[in-house]
Amino acid sequence: MSRTPLDTVEHAAATPDVELPWAELGLKKDEYERVVEILGRRPTGAELAMYSVMWSEHCSYKSSKVHLRQFGEKAPQSDALLVGIGENAGVVDVGQGYAVTFKVESHNHPSYVEPYQGAATGVGGIVRDIIAMGARPVAVVDPLRFGAADHPDTKRVLPGVVAGIGGYGNCLGLPNIGGEVVFDACYQGNPLVNAGAIGVMRHEDIHLAKASGAGNKVILYGARTGGDGIGGASILASETFDAASDSASGTGKPAKRPAVQVGDPFQEKLLIECTLEAFKEKLVVGIQDLGAAGLSCATSELASNGSGGMRVTLDDVPLRDSTLSPEEILMSESQERMCAVVEPEKVDRFLEICDKWDVIATVIGEVTDGDRLEIYWHGGKIVDVDPRTVAHDGPVYERPYARPSWQDELQADDADKLPRPATSDELKQQVLKLVGSPNQASKKWITSQYDHFVQGNTVLAQPEDSGMIRIDEETGLGVAIATDGNGRYAKLDPYAGAQLALSEAYRNVATTGAKPLAVSDCLNFGSPEDPAVMWQFAEAIRGLADACQQLGTPVTGGNVSLYNQTGEAAIHPTPVVAVLGVIDDVARRTPVAFQEEGQLLYLLGDTREEFGGSAWSQVVHDHLGGLPPKVDLERERLLAEILISASRDGMIDSAHDLSDGGLIQAVVESALLGGKGARLVVPDGLDAFTFLFSESAGRAVVAVPRSEEVRFNDMCGARGLPVTRIGVVDGDSVDLQGEFELSLEELRRAHEETIPALLA
Amino acid sequence: MTARIGVVTFPGSLDDRDTQRAIRLAGAEPVALWHKDKDLHQVDAVVLPGGFSYGDYLRAGAISRFSPVMETVVEQAKAGLPVLGICNGFQILTEAHLLPGGMLGNDHLHFICRDQKLRVENADTAWTVDYEAGQEIHIPLKNMDGRYVADQYTLDKLEAEGRVAFRYLDFNPNGSLNDIAGITNEAGNVVGLMPHPEHATEPLIGTGRTDGLPFFTSILKKLVTA
Repeated sequence: MSRTPLDTVEHAAATPDVELPWAELGLKKDEYERVVEILGRRPTGAELAMYSVMWSEHCSYKSSKVHLRQFGEKAPQSDALLVGIGENAGVVDVGQGYAVTFKVESHNHPSYVEPYQGAATGVGGIVRDIIAMGARPVAVVDPLRFGAADHPDTKRVLPGVVAGIGGYGNCLGLPNIGGEVVFDACYQGNPLVNAGAIGVMRHEDIHLAKASGAGNKVILYGARTGGDGIGGASILASETFDAASDSASGTGKPAKRPAVQVGDPFQEKLLIECTLEAFKEKLVVGIQDLGAAGLSCATSELASNGSGGMRVTLDDVPLRDSTLSPEEILMSESQERMCAVVEPEKVDRFLEICDKWDVIATVIGEVTDGDRLEIYWHGGKIVDVDPRTVAHDGPVYERPYARPSWQDELQADDADKLPRPATSDELKQQVLKLVGSPNQASKKWITSQYDHFVQGNTVLAQPEDSGMIRIDEETGLGVAIATDGNGRYAKLDPYAGAQLALSEAYRNVATTGAKPLAVSDCLNFGSPEDPAVMWQFAEAIRGLADACQQLGTPVTGGNVSLYNQTGEAAIHPTPVVAVLGVIDDVARRTPVAFQEEGQLLYLLGDTREEFGGSAWSQVVHDHLGGLPPKVDLERERLLAEILISASRDGMIDSAHDLSDGGLIQAVVESALLGGKGARLVVPDGLDAFTFLFSESAGRAVVAVPRSEEVRFNDMCGARGLPVTRIGVVDGDSVDLQGEFELSLEELRRAHEETIPALLA
Repeated sequence: MTARIGVVTFPGSLDDRDTQRAIRLAGAEPVALWHKDKDLHQVDAVVLPGGFSYGDYLRAGAISRFSPVMETVVEQAKAGLPVLGICNGFQILTEAHLLPGGMLGNDHLHFICRDQKLRVENADTAWTVDYEAGQEIHIPLKNMDGRYVADQYTLDKLEAEGRVAFRYLDFNPNGSLNDIAGITNEAGNVVGLMPHPEHATEPLIGTGRTDGLPFFTSILKKLVTA
């Protein structure tokens, strides 16, 4: 594109034959032709920049849209849902006039390229989504997946990601209360860095991303716009990192600047405080954060969601780099920026608040009564589009999908045929190996780099089953969040795998005593151009939507991350599910740790011989095959109801959900956290191996004070939940009668030394 | 009467609201102070809370010490106003030369968040009278730049004068010299420490301990009986 003359709308109309680098910007030929058709002429360079980022996979969901619709179509009736899919984040009613917004997003590709900044800006982005809804962010969670724990590159990526999450979140003053860390060779060249955040507001404070009211001013505030992250939206969803960085400058010039954005958490902290103060004074009509696709996204979304059009003068955007072209300004993904729509008479006060917090704020345009988004530069009109065509009418693909040819073989490769421990000593050695394996080992080395305490409302944080935050000091009202996903299960059966992810997160929330209300998800998959991957994706969504419908927990929003693969090899399909729950009084929460010796241990639910995709099959046999555990959503619902009632009525003092690693993993964690051992007996009808390692879903272990024994058993009996007494909290070892005894000291060493030894 | 205790908010302060809550829980009245405002609004004591003021991009606390409010804090602290600096607040106090020494990055180069065991070495300061000397307490610690350093002369003087107020026990989380977690000035009205007593004031929250509450009851007692 030539800089002289300026490529205005007029110039574009007069020079229909000018070739534009649409392919370099990531558009396909038919997509470019569609842009020309929409505009009735060739786009200007600036318009092309906008369409190319907004129609990227990351922003337009073009491959996933047709499947994601199921979340809406199958959405269960829920009184709790105040704002559903489509806004910056969903909003859920948690009672007492409070609303909670939460969302999980991915920042996978940037975090592989530049672990620290990729992860840091992932936190920054999700937090701005929360602020944009009108809420004060109160906590973050981070589900993470890396390559093999002992691979040299994991030692490059993981410490950087963890430091980035900590560096950003700690500096923002947000407690990090949950998440996961999973290792698997399939993530070696493509780690998954998902970030979730929760925010709290009063019902009346909900804000939406729309620009209404002709004459209202559009204010850009926060950091100055620089050259970082230009084309970042493309790299996020691009096929290879190299291809994206070639076009990263957006003008066909060689890339001069990093495609991964650089975060400034201090600026974001100011942005939070200043935005909340403006909300409090009711100065804001509409608001949008600037994330992927920067100003292109913010202006087109605000305008298309509002009633009128918008006129923007790009010359007024405060710049970090005065050489930026208008296309670059539109595409820049500089962090820590937001866009507010403010009534003219409130502009002065808005600017005053920004000034108080030393935040730069500039009126860059206004809402018009037309239906066009018009952008000016140096007096020329360089964009004149219907904003809906940019923000909402992107291409929609019905990608072909097909059950992979290898799926049957994989499922036939049953874990039941794997040799099981033959002696008590072998069983004991496998327990030690399991609890010390990277996936099952304590993640304290990682989580201690995150602040859990800031804001002074953290009731539970990792390694608890769910993170829990008090939101009202008077009444004790609180919210809980758990994120779960198991790529191994999903690889064996993506439909069931997605349902198991939901089941586990739902169960984790209930285990701590909170009632599950709503779901957000981060769907991490390989290339949508591979029919096998597309089948996994379609199946996972179908499974998740069906299960959400049955459990009555609507999906409120989320994120899709595709192209997670290295060469031809896709990652395991990895739907990560976040469940948000509410608890009337956090004083009733149930922790994981054993509290008192002498309390009785009960196993809730049915234990079957289910080892497909299990931690045991991975740790002991390096095997992945067969079928994942059976899904039983009605059982999950019943178990959750029992756990919540027992917690509310003080019938249990500790509880732990059973998932990967099975019962022994849960008991060891409760014992180590409480500093109290357990004596266990293998129940009738089960063998020791199945008792310890089975990963049947719909189960939990609870510790019941002796005084509550009868009441608790009666309740389970009356409701029809299988309950089996398996032992007692006692001593300083985990003792399986007639099989083995492992001291807490020995278990602690095995469980806690693994991660520091590999990564510190 | 009850005491009015000011909590300064700098840009990037994070634990300001938490500290206000702790003050309230102790029975005193928290007063929000703004870093650009020199006026202390007749408070009886001041807390500089934790956080990353100005992002800690230069040296932790190095810019905040130049905030207008600090002029008054320094002036009145020298005249006896009780001042407590927690974490970033401690860093600001050393940068403002109200306390000697300074803080470097943790020796292991990571942010660290843990329930930290401490020994109260000096229970005579304005902020520690509700403890007993030698008492062992657990207070959450969370910082990036918590390694206390000072020259040998200063360290010897601090030790000789009993001005090491808190010492890390069992585990030194950041490489601080002499396991120093917190110190006081000679008069005992200015105290700074890296751990966060405001995060240990409610039985349900955080680590579930309330070992930090005596900081705030101490100052209340001191002020009300003064």
